[in-house]
Amino acid sequence: MSDITEPQIMPQGAPPSAAKPAMGAATSRVDGRLKVTGAARYASDLYGGANPAHAYLATSTIARGRITRLNEADARKVPGVLDILTFRNVGDRIKPGKIFSQKGYMGSSIAPLASDRIQHGGQIVAMVVAETFEAAREAAHRLQIEYAAETPSATFDSPGLESISAEASSREGEQPGEEKPKVGDAAAALAAAPVTIDQRYETPIQHHNPIELFTTACAWTDGKLTVWEPSQNMYGFQNGLAEQLGMAAADIRVISPYVGGGFGSRGSLTQRTALVALAAQRLRRPVRLETTRDQGFTIATYRAETRHRVRLGAGTDGKLQALIHEGWEVSSRPDNYKVGGTDATTRLYACPNVDSEVTIVHADRNTPGFMRSPPEVPYMFALESAMDELAVALKMDPIELRRVNDTMHEPIKGLPYTSRTLMPCFDAAAKAFGWSGRDAQPGSMRDGEWMVGWGCATSLYPTNMGPATARVVLTPQGTVKVQTAGHEIGTGITTVLALMAVSGLGVDIAKVTVEVGDSALPPAPVAGGSNSTASIATVVAQACEQIRGRIAGAAVAAENGPFHGMDPAGLVLVDGTLRASSGASEPLEAAMSRTAGGAIEAYAENIPHGVPEGALKKLYLGQGTLMGGAKLKDRMQFAFGAQFVEVRVNARTREIRVPRLVGAYAAGRIVNPKAAKSQLMGGQIWGVSAALHEATEIDRRAARYTNNDLAEYLIPVNADVQEVTTILLPEQDTQVNELGIKGIGELGNVGLNAAVANAVFHATGVRVRELPIRLEKLLEA
Amino acid sequence: MRPFNLDHAATLPAALAAARPVAGARVPPTAAPAQFIAGGTQMLDLMKLDTMQPATLVDINALSAAHGRIEAKSDGLHLGALVRMSEAEAHPDILRDYPVIAQTLQMAASPQIRNMASLGGNVLQRTRCCYFRDPGWAQCNKREPGSGCAALDGVNRKHAVLGVSDQCIAAYSGDFAQALVALGAEVQTAGPNGVRTIAFEKLHTASDNPHTETVLAPGELITGFRVPSGPWTRRSAYVKIRDRESYAYGLATAAVALDIQGGVVREARIGLGAVSYRPWRSHEAEAALRGKPLTEDTANATARAAFAGAKPRQDNAYLIDLGRRTLARALLQASRLEA
Repeated sequence: MSDITEPQIMPQGAPPSAAKPAMGAATSRVDGRLKVTGAARYASDLYGGANPAHAYLATSTIARGRITRLNEADARKVPGVLDILTFRNVGDRIKPGKIFSQKGYMGSSIAPLASDRIQHGGQIVAMVVAETFEAAREAAHRLQIEYAAETPSATFDSPGLESISAEASSREGEQPGEEKPKVGDAAAALAAAPVTIDQRYETPIQHHNPIELFTTACAWTDGKLTVWEPSQNMYGFQNGLAEQLGMAAADIRVISPYVGGGFGSRGSLTQRTALVALAAQRLRRPVRLETTRDQGFTIATYRAETRHRVRLGAGTDGKLQALIHEGWEVSSRPDNYKVGGTDATTRLYACPNVDSEVTIVHADRNTPGFMRSPPEVPYMFALESAMDELAVALKMDPIELRRVNDTMHEPIKGLPYTSRTLMPCFDAAAKAFGWSGRDAQPGSMRDGEWMVGWGCATSLYPTNMGPATARVVLTPQGTVKVQTAGHEIGTGITTVLALMAVSGLGVDIAKVTVEVGDSALPPAPVAGGSNSTASIATVVAQACEQIRGRIAGAAVAAENGPFHGMDPAGLVLVDGTLRASSGASEPLEAAMSRTAGGAIEAYAENIPHGVPEGALKKLYLGQGTLMGGAKLKDRMQFAFGAQFVEVRVNARTREIRVPRLVGAYAAGRIVNPKAAKSQLMGGQIWGVSAALHEATEIDRRAARYTNNDLAEYLIPVNADVQEVTTILLPEQDTQVNELGIKGIGELGNVGLNAAVANAVFHATGVRVRELPIRLEKLLEA
Repeated sequence: MRPFNLDHAATLPAALAAARPVAGARVPPTAAPAQFIAGGTQMLDLMKLDTMQPATLVDINALSAAHGRIEAKSDGLHLGALVRMSEAEAHPDILRDYPVIAQTLQMAASPQIRNMASLGGNVLQRTRCCYFRDPGWAQCNKREPGSGCAALDGVNRKHAVLGVSDQCIAAYSGDFAQALVALGAEVQTAGPNGVRTIAFEKLHTASDNPHTETVLAPGELITGFRVPSGPWTRRSAYVKIRDRESYAYGLATAAVALDIQGGVVREARIGLGAVSYRPWRSHEAEAALRGKPLTEDTANATARAAFAGAKPRQDNAYLIDLGRRTLARALLQASRLEA
């Protein structure tokens, strides 16, 4: 594993700035000890008050049809059973809600117990509540449920599918202002191009499978509801639940101190939460739901399967002349969920003629949703595979192909990137990887019984920001409390926010307490779109600045003090003192004695660049507005990286292993390089998983998943991950936000699937265009 | 999961008495109301899924004093049924004289599971076929006799191509059993009708009656194994091809043992896993290799013979090719070993 500061490459034209170093100090997590010792309390650890009842779900064994008989007699006989919720006693007690991307809060608009109707496999058909988990589970198994089943449409190519263009769904006002990127005449340019690629690609169904399962506990006290649930969206859950239950959001508190894996699966509200709240209300007792691993495959969201057709036309110099990217994505019958990755793939490279189209395909499935880099993982697989095919057709090095098409302006509207360090990433990663030793001929590199292949691809991720708020309290003793309803989903936001207090208030990190994961705290946006550090660190820095300003203002006003008459902007808080550049200095406690004397509290609200009017108000209603990437009217905000992979394919039995990963990334100011490196490395490993391992299998007749456990849904184990090198390139971006921060949460896994496929081609000469790459696809070679 | 009684048996007679079947009941051993439990690594899993619903579990872990030993004797290797997988995989006599056995264990499951799982329970592990494991699927002849087989035209990438029928194509995914079947092991049992010895190859029954998986009677307990010694056991190897490097069931596996004298294979023992309905000894392949030098060509010809009777379905046709390559790789790998 290489050092994070190696090699040092500065992007051209970026002004050096001493005030905002591009690389912060590598800092261990403030909650690291709690986590490794098991002392950290997750929502699933919090039982929802004393003496909770336990709930267990029964789920449907058909994907489409109606319940014709639901006999509870045997289940009711199980000792300890308290209540059984079904469509008979729930019905319209829970109000329907729209999905997240349609300005609602839900992951799916399918309300499971609203009626006898079944709309996807594994739909909740009953919730049994009992004195113990075991009794609830046994009773759920004893429910006798019969169905009138209709033939479901499972996936692409199934009969009975319906589709709608994403553009049309956007016109109907269902999507938040998305467009269909297009410029020039791509068809004509393609026809005229001397070198062309026209290929189709596929990515599979994937499930987040966070280790912390989809649990919920609810307790009512005096008409107020408390919910403990792993969440990436505190205010969204609070407000969405209020809408579903027909009550005031102020009467609901959602608590989620630590989250055992999010990956997007907790960004939108699932249908289970309101059911648990209802059960607790009916019983007048706290209720705690535990779900199983296989239920997690159907009661929450997932990454839907996608198909792509990519057409590229280039000159013999490698310069793109035409790029057409068409995508097809599966969604549920009622919801037009779309990931829409053409936003990025049509704007990545210089190309005068671009066209795109995305089609949503409705099947009898639950509504899919966000999963780490939702658009980029499938769409960049297609584009970056096609780019590699183009490089082969041109007999050109794939890095050089990216270089000749590199641009500081996106091609659709000519908007400038605020910063773009793509080629330095390629060069740094190529050097660390030893790319110059590559023989481009497929099948040319061999190590004993292993065929060796090297591949690379571009990674990118939009720099998103949303309105955010935070409260910071500084005491004269130098302790700091930072409060914001952000989410510690394992990304290290708690440590990042502590570091902002350290740099803003000059205190030791041990004196900083950060509180997140509670809807009673000031609102913060959903932990999605890699926005949290940029959004929340910015507003915490602003709150710290308010505090510094008050202390400095009092200091320069004090006639008998050492700072009298100075410019307050020039005073800084550092190492427990207030200091001027002249060298004048005074302990923090003395400086604070000039204000009211006690603690200083600051509440900050930040509205980032390009966010529409009213976005801050909507934040308080649980509707965060993320802006950035290709959505801004005046500029492009993206982070970039380069992914390099070595694969080995056994010459006889064709199993594929990945001994080496090298990635280089540039994402503006890195607040905590230690956590950033760790997160990017996790992304690289997930990229291997997406390329070789992860796929949810579906029975095409029944539209039901078949490998719904961790023994059959594969992710890499330690033996699959050998050498991983993660390089962070310093990058200074003076435009994205005050602090120059870009998000890195979803940068590490993008494009890596394509890099693996490109390496497999290099090893074997076989181009695999459907993920995952399984050994049987290489047996014929 | 249903409520059940847990009976801790201190002795073999006590265990057999606790699991004694009701007179006249005609059920296969897997459906008997009393089930033995040792490591519990699979029993509890299937009970939580509601796939198995025993009324009584008879805990046999206390029997390990009498049935938990590893002994290498002149007539072969004796393994008590309560030996843990992790004990056998690291035993010096097994590592030296029966490497194929150690390798099947080392490549199985995870260290945590191998610390719990007993050898007796391991050979009785049930298929990973999702249509069997999840009672939410109506069709499974193994679970519900006569209900049909959803896997025939369902998701069957990892289903068997050898020993299958139109009743069931589920794969036997265990590893250890492939070494036992290849080496001609025998199984010792004790049951309501006394003790007996069964050829390991006869333990598991054919796919035409998938509801019954073994010749064991309800209440009959595996107490141990004997693996006969022979000139082939040292030159033995296990190759397991899978989607990831560790902690995964095989797609195709081969357990081989070779007696090579003067450049000619005098005796070959071949077990094929993951591609077969039950632990699978390929006598056809053994015959094809006997008396020949082991070369790339004879290895491939042996592999072709092993899969001559294979019957693929929609998603698993590749297993014939992969199974052949896996066997050829195992044979060539073993041939390079010292005898």
